[in-house]
Amino acid sequence: MLADTIVALGVNHKTAPVAIREKLAFSGDCKIPLQKLEKIPGCEEFCFLSTCNRVEVFFVAKQREESIKNVLDFLFTKSGLTSKESKEYSYIHQGTEAITHLFRVASSLDSMIVGEPQILGQLKDAYRDAAEFKSTGVIINRLMNKAFSVAKRIRSETNIGSSAVSISFAAVQLAKKIFGNLNGKRVMLVGAGEMAELAAEHLVTQGISRVVVANRTIERAMKLARRFKGTAVALDELVPQLEHVDIMISSTGSPDMILSRGQVKPIMRKRRNSPLFLIDIAVPRDLDPKLNGLDNVYLYDIDDLTHVVEINKAERDKEAMVAERIVKEETLKFQQWLENMEISPTIVAIRKKAEEVREKELAKTLSSLNGLSTKDKKSIEMLATSLVNKLLHNPIVFLKAECAPEDKEQKLDLTRKLFGLDSGQSAEDRMSSE
Amino acid sequence: MALFFSIIFFGYVLASSNYVIFFYNQNKQFRTVARSILLATGVLHLVYLISRYIMAGHTPLTSNHEAVSFFALAMTWGYLSFRWRYQVKNFGTFVSPLISLLMLVALLSSNQINELPPALQSNWLPVHASIALIANSFLALAFCGGIMYLLQEKEIKKKRFGMFYSRLPSLEALDSLNHHCLAIGFPLMTLGIITGSVWAKQAWGSYWQWDPKETWSLITWFIYAALLHQRLTVGWRGKRAAIMAIIGFSAALFTLWGVSYFLGGIHSYVG
Repeated sequence: MLADTIVALGVNHKTAPVAIREKLAFSGDCKIPLQKLEKIPGCEEFCFLSTCNRVEVFFVAKQREESIKNVLDFLFTKSGLTSKESKEYSYIHQGTEAITHLFRVASSLDSMIVGEPQILGQLKDAYRDAAEFKSTGVIINRLMNKAFSVAKRIRSETNIGSSAVSISFAAVQLAKKIFGNLNGKRVMLVGAGEMAELAAEHLVTQGISRVVVANRTIERAMKLARRFKGTAVALDELVPQLEHVDIMISSTGSPDMILSRGQVKPIMRKRRNSPLFLIDIAVPRDLDPKLNGLDNVYLYDIDDLTHVVEINKAERDKEAMVAERIVKEETLKFQQWLENMEISPTIVAIRKKAEEVREKELAKTLSSLNGLSTKDKKSIEMLATSLVNKLLHNPIVFLKAECAPEDKEQKLDLTRKLFGLDSGQSAEDRMSSE
Repeated sequence: MALFFSIIFFGYVLASSNYVIFFYNQNKQFRTVARSILLATGVLHLVYLISRYIMAGHTPLTSNHEAVSFFALAMTWGYLSFRWRYQVKNFGTFVSPLISLLMLVALLSSNQINELPPALQSNWLPVHASIALIANSFLALAFCGGIMYLLQEKEIKKKRFGMFYSRLPSLEALDSLNHHCLAIGFPLMTLGIITGSVWAKQAWGSYWQWDPKETWSLITWFIYAALLHQRLTVGWRGKRAAIMAIIGFSAALFTLWGVSYFLGGIHSYVG
């Protein structure tokens, strides 16, 4: 089965802590991982995705076991982990599961903040890089495009996106209730994450004058700082920097608290008690909950913010359920397409289509011609039948001919497109011909 | 005169109820009505003060009725002057009920026009008493701001957003309101104590006699002095400043009433 050849393999925020994810270290040129993947035998099509919360490879391979092992080795080569450990931190989805997984990633159901909008863009970038590298083929192309349309469908049919946006909106509202005017205020981003960046973006549009980015890796801090025209600092400078900022958004993947009450108390004296708004969107939390007990310090974690926007959990779960149902539905559709991507169903489909055309056209012609004898009618019918058969002969021979396995899908894809066999395809054809 | 005063009292009550209704349903029409009534009542109240001055033949600041009425008037105009200078969302909802409450006290006190006792026959009477009461009115505004700050800060800290979060202004705005009020109220209060002291020297022969009213005004003065000092040196602000403004105002009220009722002393004719 073709579906079984699809694999999604990687690590994300659920399976591996940031310390592990960072060890995988795929920053910089996106071509390098693609080049390495190309060398893995049996990896026919592939796409490589790396964000702050996930590193994963989607690929198509006939010899799955072999390829999975090699891709795992490729992912963990720099980490220094044993293969047993690397298996523990990663997930391997195959076949239908892999399709569902990709659809869930694209539509942000697998994100730390469900519904955050950036992952789709990141996935599109990853796919574009892979396509430019020519590492994608019929299956990945179709799979990725389908993933994008699933994400779009979920976004329009559910309210899944609103919670992430409204959470960062709530943060801005709160900041305004604390500081009044945000002009001239300073914000510090600690760690990086889709949600933190979204909140920072909202704040900047509200007049925040300076952005400071602190990160474990100064490179990433600098990259993010450039985006907000801010400055980058090392994570060790966090506490002294607190003296100068008004809002801090923390979203590191650290398993421990990075800031305690004892560290902030003396800072408040230095700040002459000017209010400090701390936003902790990390899971697990970065900031000591006791910080909220300090005068003029206001600490909100992700649950608090969610509470603020009054999106109750039941509501969100309902939206997520609708989204999951869409994912399931689309996965089935995709599976259907994959199943059709075999020789015999394709031949059957071509025959069926030709037969339908023949019958329809015959009926039309015979009804408009009067005074024909039964013999004449028969001749016309035979003409139609032999036309269809003659015309279909060569394409069917072409389909049946032996060829290399990687060419087979292309051949099938081309044929199915030529004959407009996939409902989506034919709909597009109809649209473009109109 | 009593009827006139009742009408003014009724005006304040009407203005505050409109402010409270506006606070509740956020229908701007009520606020517009409240503002117009408050302004009109403020003008009427001013007319009342002047007519009483003419009728009494001396500054009408010698009885509890007169003092508290003037206090309320000063608060009204202090508030209106703030509105003209800068806006604090829904401030009126907190200020106008306090004005009404003061007016109620004035209404219930005897509004008889007293003969001026010899000790009060001085040009210092209008100066000292009005300055002290205007100071009080700004301290009262700071008190209202302090209450608003505590309500707002409580909702933000506890993360339970009820009635106040959306309706009250930002903490920053409330804190600077506190600062503005004290920046006006405290110097006036200081001036009130100094003029009183000078007057005391003339009337009783000594600047300071440690009579209960003097002692309590000094205590009040120290509370506000401490708050301002801390604000300027180590940046005391927010919740602490709000609490201090509330404590300070309580002390100021005690100086105004409590001393006369509980402690007596030579100042007690204003009671």
